Amino acid sequence: MLLEATGLGKSYGALKVVDDVSIAVDAGDALGIIGPNGAGKSTLFNLIAGSVRPNRGTIRLAGRDITALSAAARCRAGIGRSFQIPRPWVGLTVYENLLVAAEFGAGEAAAMAGSDCLAILDRLGLGHLADVPAGRLRLLERKRLELARGLATRPRVLLLDEIAGGLTDLECESLIEAIRGIRKEGVAIIWIEHVVHALFAVVDRLAVISFGAKIAEGDPQEVFASRQVQEIYLGVPA
Amino acid sequence: MTMTVAMPGRLPRSVMPVRLAILAAVVLAMASVPLWASGGSQRLLVEFMTYVALAQLWNLMAGYAGLISIGQQAFVGLGGYTLFSLAILAGVPPLLALPVAGFVAAIVAWPTALVAFRLSGPYFAIGTWVIAEVYRLGFAQVGALGGGSGISLPVGLVKTISADRGTRDSIIYWITLAACVAVIGCIWALMRSRLGLGLAAIRDDEVAAESAGVVTRRLKLQVYVICAGVTGFLGALIFLQKLRISPEVAFSVNDWTVLVIFMVVIGGIGSIEGPLIGCLLFFVLREQFSDWGSWYMVGLGALSVATMLFARGGLWSLIAPRIGFRLFPVARAAPRRPS
Ligand SMILES: Nc1ncnc2c1ncn2[C@@H]1O[C@H](COP(=O)(O)OP(=O)(O)OP(=O)(O)O)[C@@H](O)[C@H]1O
Ligand SMILES: [Mg+2]
Repeated sequence: MLLEATGLGKSYGALKVVDDVSIAVDAGDALGIIGPNGAGKSTLFNLIAGSVRPNRGTIRLAGRDITALSAAARCRAGIGRSFQIPRPWVGLTVYENLLVAAEFGAGEAAAMAGSDCLAILDRLGLGHLADVPAGRLRLLERKRLELARGLATRPRVLLLDEIAGGLTDLECESLIEAIRGIRKEGVAIIWIEHVVHALFAVVDRLAVISFGAKIAEGDPQEVFASRQVQEIYLGVPA
Repeated sequence: MTMTVAMPGRLPRSVMPVRLAILAAVVLAMASVPLWASGGSQRLLVEFMTYVALAQLWNLMAGYAGLISIGQQAFVGLGGYTLFSLAILAGVPPLLALPVAGFVAAIVAWPTALVAFRLSGPYFAIGTWVIAEVYRLGFAQVGALGGGSGISLPVGLVKTISADRGTRDSIIYWITLAACVAVIGCIWALMRSRLGLGLAAIRDDEVAAESAGVVTRRLKLQVYVICAGVTGFLGALIFLQKLRISPEVAFSVNDWTVLVIFMVVIGGIGSIEGPLIGCLLFFVLREQFSDWGSWYMVGLGALSVATMLFARGGLWSLIAPRIGFRLFPVARAAPRRPS
């Protein structure tokens, strides 16, 4: 397995936000994650990307234990991410935002050239905003910048946190197209998304997280149709 | 989305040589000052340039690396005392001791950082102040350096610079000018470099910077140590000009940190132009109004509060978008697409 997270746990005080979660993806895999608000999905990403330290569990990337590495080191090792609430560098231009990710995030891999960064922006429909300060972007543009920045670090695993919300059908189509393309290049994708139809157009496995624990994982249609998930989402009594 | 506001730093390439020519002309004009100006205005300019350099350094730390220190007087004092110790105790010529003082400050900054970096947010700021107080109390104990009441640089040593007072003032003026230009030039070059990109990312969002592979801790440590070294050099220069040092003056939080913060905040944090404008404004205000006594201080305080409330980015943030021009552009333009 390319990425293997085993028995991850994180508590804030008495509250177990992530409770013994294990997930694994191989190169080119696409794993979807759904779950109600506050279930601990974003926290799980923070644990994998290194922004938050787990209380327990281990994370391996290509067999190497990276649990003790900082977020920066994990990014260089190949874990790219987007933030659910976009965190652009507002004083830098959109293009410079990608340059930072390219220059610092590539690690062993060769850093992307400026023209490659521009190509990513073009691919995600941000090309015309390249020289605009990122602080001037609107929310949806900021979300796309999150994805673009993650890509510019040349990730082997890309963590996407709710990037499809609020898009028009057309925009959603092109986003799905872009993510499929990324996946075809061999990048493993883990995607948290409430927009289920977008998710299903890309992923081949689905995991469900509820109250910090992974309660199901498998074929997206089957998992989504399962009684447990319907209970959570539709409130169907057991 | 149509863009009507001019982009900072997006002027045609051909503007750059003109800009550099203007900057060179300003530096040359400044360099000629000792040839025609009075000793008094020369000393005022030395003080001004020293503050410009201190403000640039504080801005590099606070505005870019997110290191809000209120203890830079630790390194001003350390630099000054290193120069006096070397000169008085070991007979080292003061001009030679200047770079050594910077070096010593940088070396001492290393273990200091290991302590201060364990603290975060406001604790870091207070921690740096406490550390500076420890240095002040320490130097007050050294009898050979005059203890709490301080010590003067012996005339014999002063004369090694030059026997003539006017020449001495001119030499110190030119060294200060060179230091000030070097500080601005190096920071400008740094901001246009790869490391500058990383620092700008830390300035805007540290968590995102770390997640994109910027090793924020290492970069901050480098900035802290380098700023301490240059601050130490400036401290040595300040007290070489004063010819006298005491713990109270050398480690004064007001003179070497609070005033500097005032200048950076008023002018605009997180840019090169901001601190420069802040220094200019401060010196103009001081020359005009300082005989108003405490009203002058009240005015300065009100001005900084007003800035923090109504123009968080300082004066430069009000000016820059209107003129669409940057004196020290740092933005990197996207490569042109083959059309
Ligand atoms: N630093 C923190 N301190 C205390 N509690 C926290 C902290 N971070 C997250 N939490 C709590 O952990 C729980 C999980 O949060 P998380 O953001 O991971 O949920 P999520 O599944 O991503 O939700 P959403 O779908 O709304 O994005 C929430 O109840 C949240 O309040
Ligand atoms: Mg979330």
